[in-house]
This record gives sequence, structure tokens and C-alpha cells, in this order.
Amino acid sequence: MSSIRPATQTVRFELNGSPVEATVPVRTTLVDCLRHHLMQTGTHAGCEHGVCGACTVIVDGDAVRSCLMLAVQVEGAKVTTVEGLSRDESLTPLQAEFRKHHALQCGFCTPGMLTTAHALLTEEPDADKERIREVLSGNLCRCTGYIAIVEAVYAARAAYHKSGSGTR
Amino acid sequence: MSAKDAFASKFVGTPVERIEDLRLLRGRGQYVDDLHREGMLHAAILRSSVAHGRIRAIDVNAARAMPGVRGVFTAQDVAEGSGGSVPSVSLRLAPLPELEPFGQPVIAQTKVRYVGEPLAVVVADTTGLAEDALEAIEVDIESLPVVPDRHVSGKNEILLFEELGKNVAITYTAFKGDAASAVGAAPYVRKESFRVQRHSAVCMEPRGVLAVWDGAGTKLTVSGAAKVPFASRKILARHMDLPEECVELIENDVGGGFGVRGEFYPEDFLIPFAARKLNRPVKWIEDRRENLLCSNHSREIDIDIEIACAKDGTILALRGEAWVDAGAYLRTSAAIPPRNVAQFLSGPYRIANIHVESSVMLTNKNPIGTYRGPGRFEADFFRERLMDMAAKDLGIDRVEFRRRNLPSEADMPYALATVSLPEKGEELDSGDYRITLDRCLAEIKWIEKSGLQGRLIDGRYHGLGIGCFIEGGAAGPRENARMVMDPDGCVSVFVGSTNIGQGLETVCMQIAADALGVTMDRIRLHHGSTTHLKEGFGSYHSRSVVMGGSAILDAANNLKAEIRKVAAARFGCAAGDVAIGADLMATHGGKSLSAAQLASAGLSVEGTFSNHHHTYAYGAAAAHVAVDPGTGRVEVLEYVTVEDVGRIINPLTTTGQAVGAVVQGLGGAFLEHLQYDEDGQFLTGSLADYLLPTATDFPNIKAVVLENSPSPHNPLGAKGAGEGGIVPVGGVVANAVANALASLGVEPRDLPLSPPRIWELIQAAR
Repeated sequence: MSSIRPATQTVRFELNGSPVEATVPVRTTLVDCLRHHLMQTGTHAGCEHGVCGACTVIVDGDAVRSCLMLAVQVEGAKVTTVEGLSRDESLTPLQAEFRKHHALQCGFCTPGMLTTAHALLTEEPDADKERIREVLSGNLCRCTGYIAIVEAVYAARAAYHKSGSGTR
Repeated sequence: MSAKDAFASKFVGTPVERIEDLRLLRGRGQYVDDLHREGMLHAAILRSSVAHGRIRAIDVNAARAMPGVRGVFTAQDVAEGSGGSVPSVSLRLAPLPELEPFGQPVIAQTKVRYVGEPLAVVVADTTGLAEDALEAIEVDIESLPVVPDRHVSGKNEILLFEELGKNVAITYTAFKGDAASAVGAAPYVRKESFRVQRHSAVCMEPRGVLAVWDGAGTKLTVSGAAKVPFASRKILARHMDLPEECVELIENDVGGGFGVRGEFYPEDFLIPFAARKLNRPVKWIEDRRENLLCSNHSREIDIDIEIACAKDGTILALRGEAWVDAGAYLRTSAAIPPRNVAQFLSGPYRIANIHVESSVMLTNKNPIGTYRGPGRFEADFFRERLMDMAAKDLGIDRVEFRRRNLPSEADMPYALATVSLPEKGEELDSGDYRITLDRCLAEIKWIEKSGLQGRLIDGRYHGLGIGCFIEGGAAGPRENARMVMDPDGCVSVFVGSTNIGQGLETVCMQIAADALGVTMDRIRLHHGSTTHLKEGFGSYHSRSVVMGGSAILDAANNLKAEIRKVAAARFGCAAGDVAIGADLMATHGGKSLSAAQLASAGLSVEGTFSNHHHTYAYGAAAAHVAVDPGTGRVEVLEYVTVEDVGRIINPLTTTGQAVGAVVQGLGGAFLEHLQYDEDGQFLTGSLADYLLPTATDFPNIKAVVLENSPSPHNPLGAKGAGEGGIVPVGGVVANAVANALASLGVEPRDLPLSPPRIWELIQAAR
């Protein structure tokens, strides 16, 4: 049997406020690193070609597709996933609005919706519904028809005004 | 017992926020790919790149020698491990002995019949290594001429199964009255041809299987089950030659079902097979290309349809001949779309004479199955389009034409057509269907908008469309539930219904809490897995709440009877004298026992609900569109759906189902198309090729859900919801487009209503 294996590399970054490191084959995408090496399975892989948005995480403030990024690219970066949005047992205002508006059904796209919306409202707490729709149009949802998601994100805007962040 | 006094409702009927959201919103859901097991291996599947061919050889030696590869399996290995033959997946619903041979071998043995058919399974230390090894497998396939569509199929010149001698697997007939005579005698007849394109559910979570084989204990545990775990267990146990009790199917969080996910697929055998062979846990998660290529397709049906009417617009007869492009094999649910398109071609309308034939045509494409509103979406497109044409011919307002033919309460129960093979009748259960039509007109402001019809405003033609529909629910034969009093006084509720993302947990907890007179936090709900109950049925045909909820009611009654019995023995009184108060506190003459105290008696009861009558939710939908004649693009300015579901358990989830279903239907009407070329090559293998609706596409959808007409067939009065919204969409928006372009005489007959198609129709009309 051949002993050739893909080269590995160790990557160190900050995940949801804590330093982490993972030694991964260099071809490992960020989503696979998060899910299968760091066991943070809240981030979902829906298409692995950058279309569906389910794998969206926040890297240094920007919402990015973790399936289109290699794990080694986040060396030294600050990465926030859905697990990092709420630090305690309660829901963030954004998550609570999702629940109140029934903005999720199967929940598979939800982590990507939340991270995308969180990044948007952090930058643009006054985003109107049209802007919210435009930004969320990069995230596919098969269950809700999006109406409730847009309403939930719109209703969560107030929480991003005072503190500048929806997290607590 | 009428629906309203089944129990005092405190939670049922209120917009309770979902329990499952608390984990799903924080990334704590547990979907099958979130599961890890010690020593777990990963599988990848080599799939045929040839649509039709004879397998000459498969050489896996190089792949077996690749780094990290633990096993490579082909049909030869499967046959050797399964008593010499490769098991096949055949019809689960409406099975017939003569259709068994059209089932799909779980792995191709002598022929390949569609692009994507499994040829080999590689199991390796990581998914990446398994996929690397796929490249090293050498496959020699002799290409055969391809059957790319139902027209070539019908010639029977190129056969998918030479030994069976035909490509038409079966022709179903739906009949009622004497359609031939009625058409012959009718003063008005119109015949048309329509077609719906191949599309499907495309759930956001790819399918997946995690199989764990415990050789010592002869136990197979399979995670990733959905929809019908008990039925799938039966199939898997048979194919693995194991007693059913040695096989457990576990339902995890499920990222969308829509009829497609949870049916038994070849991989549902291949992965457990590999796990047993290697005696290691094996996981397989399909990628998006596999999902588009290999999960059940649906909807590809065309029809010649004929309507006969009296001068006053009374529909006298409906006839049709439909052809279903069924793909290469008949898997578990393949019979349902062709049966439904025939039986439900008449939809919600009173039609005395019906004769519809529906032929199942094999082609070299991925097999079909049920997808939300199976056969009904297609039937509604065909019928509602034809009804608009007929109304125009007869000079009758199209709304009035529909109202004249809708049933009222006096018509109930109303018999639909019977479908043959096996023969099955249906009847509408309750309701005045004109009420939902009128409500729909009011909601969209039909009268106020009527002046817009066909008007050219700012370069776009405006149009209105309307259609009526039914949604069948409550598939039998039964559903089961079990209740166990836990030591802390909470009640564990086990139900055979499955959660495919529709909010089943919350809804069942609402029903259980009300039935027991406790708060929802005293209920622990367990669903879907074969470990919970002796028998369960699952979630399909809009049945999970009606059937599972009714079984929970029965279990609750039995639990209360048991509490009375146990308490009576302690109190020394008759069971009938024990009162059950808040939080299941049993009292009699100053003595009391709390739920926790009662639990020590080991209270456990079962409940069941049997039903052979389907429920029929019904409604109407309307749309306002604007068509750009320069580009052919249609904008849906407004869409309203109104549906009476008998009884609303949770307005949040019911409305959410309706809106989601509408948008999914709009995807099917405008965007989605699983395309093949003439060689049977698949052209839409990514989400960049297969267009799903996005947040900007259809922003103005309104759903109104009513509960005016409870079903007489179950104690909840519920009719099932979740599919109705999608059923009329194609017909409604196509009618709106026709209305917008009436001055040009454009009549859409094919879906999807893509910009090029509409543009071409406009050019042809000019």
C-alpha cells in the first residue's frame, strides 16, 4: 500500500472567542475543519460549492462561505459560528425573533441565515427590508419561503442599535 | 365526540413558539452528518456516467490499494454477501407483483440504466480519501442506445428491461360514471395538451446514512432515517437477512423532507452492508450533485386532457391520457404520482363522469417518487389551465365557472374517481368549498383589481389568476403512541410520526399537554425512531398530526384510566370516583397522589388511531402578475392562498407550512428544472444550474388558514396541512400569465414559465 498521504498543516485561530488549533490535510475546507476536526457541527454544509449559504460563518467581521475557504486561510483570524452568537442558555434578540416569527422549519439553513443576518445588522443596523432581502438572497431556504426570515431580521434591528452587537 | 369538545384546549390552536427552535437556533441540532462514532469510516459511491449500458467489467484492484481505503464493494460482493443475488428496491406504496421486476438493484450488476446509478462503494478513513479512490476504479461499460423521454419509451424499440419486453410498466385508470357517453352528448368539448417539467424537493440537508454494526450482539443501528423509519427497517432487515428486532433505525434532526427524503434508497442498503462487512461504523453523506442526480425526481408528466360542459358551465365530464416519465426503475413511492394525477385530475370539483389513464413510462433517467403534492401539483396545472380556456369559450366568468362546480356541505361526502390497480376509491369529507374561494377573492381584492386584467402598465402586462385545490391527508392504516409516567411526574410521549422539519415535536406536545391537562414543559416528546414503539408509520400524505395526534389522544385517555385504576387501589375507592386535576394529581375524598407518586407504579400505556378515510383540506389561491413582453420575465406581485384545514393545532406552523409550500410551488412553476440531454446526460448538477427560489424572488405571499370544517374522521377534526399550498401554484400563475397576455392570445401549456419560454410564446403570437 502506498504511504503517500495528503500533507497536513496546523492552523491556529480564534473560534467564538477562544483560541483553537487543528492539524488538517491542507486541502481541508474551513467548514470541514469546523465540523469534523473541531466538532463544531452547528455550521452546515449544504452544497459545498458556495451557492446555498448554509455554511456561512463570520471571519474577521465578514460573512463568508466556509465551504469555499480552506481552513489554513483562517490562520490568526477571528471566526464566529452560530455556536458563538449566544454565549449563555438564552437566545440572542436575533435568535428570539427567528423563533417568534417562525423563521425556521427544518433548521438546516438557519445557522447560515443567522450569521449572515448578524454580520449585516452589525454593519448596517438600519437595513431596510429590501436590503435585508438582497443580502439574504445568497442563502437558500427550502422550507419557509423567506417571508418570516426577512420579518425576523427586520424586527431584530433594534438590538443592534444600542450595543452595536446582537450578542450578549 | 365532536372535535371541539375532545379536550379543553389551552395550547392547541395557539401560536406556541416551537420547542425544537431552542436547539436549532443555537447550532445544537443533530443532523446525521453531525454524528461521530469511534472508529468511523467514510463511504463514497462510484456512479455510472453512462445512461444506458451493459457492464463488461469493473476493476477495483487499484482502488483497494489506495491509501486509507478499507474496502471497495461492487455488485459481485453484494451478491456474495446476499445469497447470490443483489437485493432490489421496489414499490412500497400500492405494490403489485407484476411491478416487482421493475425495482432497482441496490447496486448495478449487469446493466446501468441511468446516470448516477451506483456501481461501487469505497470505504476509507476520510471522505476525501474515499473520493480519491473512486478515481482509481476502472469501469468498462458498453453503451446502449438511450431512452431519453417518454415518446421514445413508448415505441418499445429500445428496452430498459429486455426480459420484460416493454417500457410501459403499467397504465392506471381512474374512472367514475360514463365519460365517453357524457363527452359524446355534451354541447361543449375542448381538448388540450399540457406538460410539467421534471423537478423535485432538493432538501437543504443532503441525505445521509450512518450504520453501526455490532457483530457480537447481532445488532444493526442506522442513523439518518426519516419519513418512514418503520417501513424502511422492514426493507433493510429483509435485505440484510436479519430479524427486524435486530435492526434499529434512528431519526435525527432532518433538514427537510417533502416526500423525497426518507424513502428507501440503494445507499440505505449499501452503507449498512459495508458496515457489516468491515465491522466498523460507516457514514455516507451525499454531496449536492448526488442529491440532484440521485434523490427521487418527480413531476415530469404530460397529458392530453378533455373537458365537456353544459352551456351554463356545469362540467359534465373530464377525460385524460397522461404519460409519466418515471425514470429507470420503480422505487418505493413511484406509483403515487401516476396514480394521483389520474385520481385527482378533477381536484375539488363536482364532476360526474371521469376517465383518466396514466401510463408509467420508463426512461434512462433517475427514478421518480413522491414530492410534496405528488401528482396533484401536475393535475391542478392541467385542469385549472383547461378550465380557464373553457370558461373563455363559454363566455362565462372564470370565477363563476369554478364556483358553479364546487361542492357545498350538502354534497358531502362526495365521491371522487376510483383508481385501479389496486382499486381505490376516495371521497371528499366535509366543507363548503365556495367559502374558501370567496375568501381568497376578498383577500387579493379580486374585484378591485379586475380592471388590471390584460392592462399594459409601464411596459408590463398585468394579469390575475385563480385556481381551487384539495389536499389529501391522514393516510392510514394507523398510528401509534405510548405514554410513560416518568419518576419526576413528567410524561414521556412516544409517537410513530416523524419530524421532517415541520414542527412535529411542538405540535404533538401541544396536543399531549391539552389531552392530559398539563403544561407543555411536563411533556417529553420522542418520535420517529424504531426503538420507541413496536410499530409506527411516519410522516407523509399530510398525516403526522392527524394520525399521530389522534393516537396521542387515545394514549392520554388510556393513561388517565390507568391513573384512576392505580389511585383507586391506593385510595380504596372505585376508579370512577377518582378525580384527575391539574398536573395529573389524582384525588378522592381528601386523599391525593401526585404524578410523581403515581409514577412509582410504573404507569405505561399505549394508544392507537386507525383510519381508512382520507381527510380533504381544501382551498383556493390567486395571483397577480406582471409580464415583461421584452424579456418574458414574470413578476409575481401578489399571491394569496386560503385553505381550510379542519383544525389548526398551531397557527404559526400551519401558516408557515402554507407560505413555504407556495414558494416551493413558485420555484416549480418558474425556476426549477432537472434537465437531461438526448444522451441521458444530466445537465443540472449544481445549485447554480438548478435554480431554487431566493429571498428576492417572491416577496409578497399571503396565506390564510381556516378551520371552518373539521374532518368527521378523527377526534381532532384535523385534515392535515403542509401540502395544500403547493398544489395549485402552477395552474394559478399560468392562468395569471395567460390573463396578462390575453390580448396576444398567449396560452402557456408547459411549465416552467421561464423567461425564454414566455418570450417565445409572445413572439409566436405576434
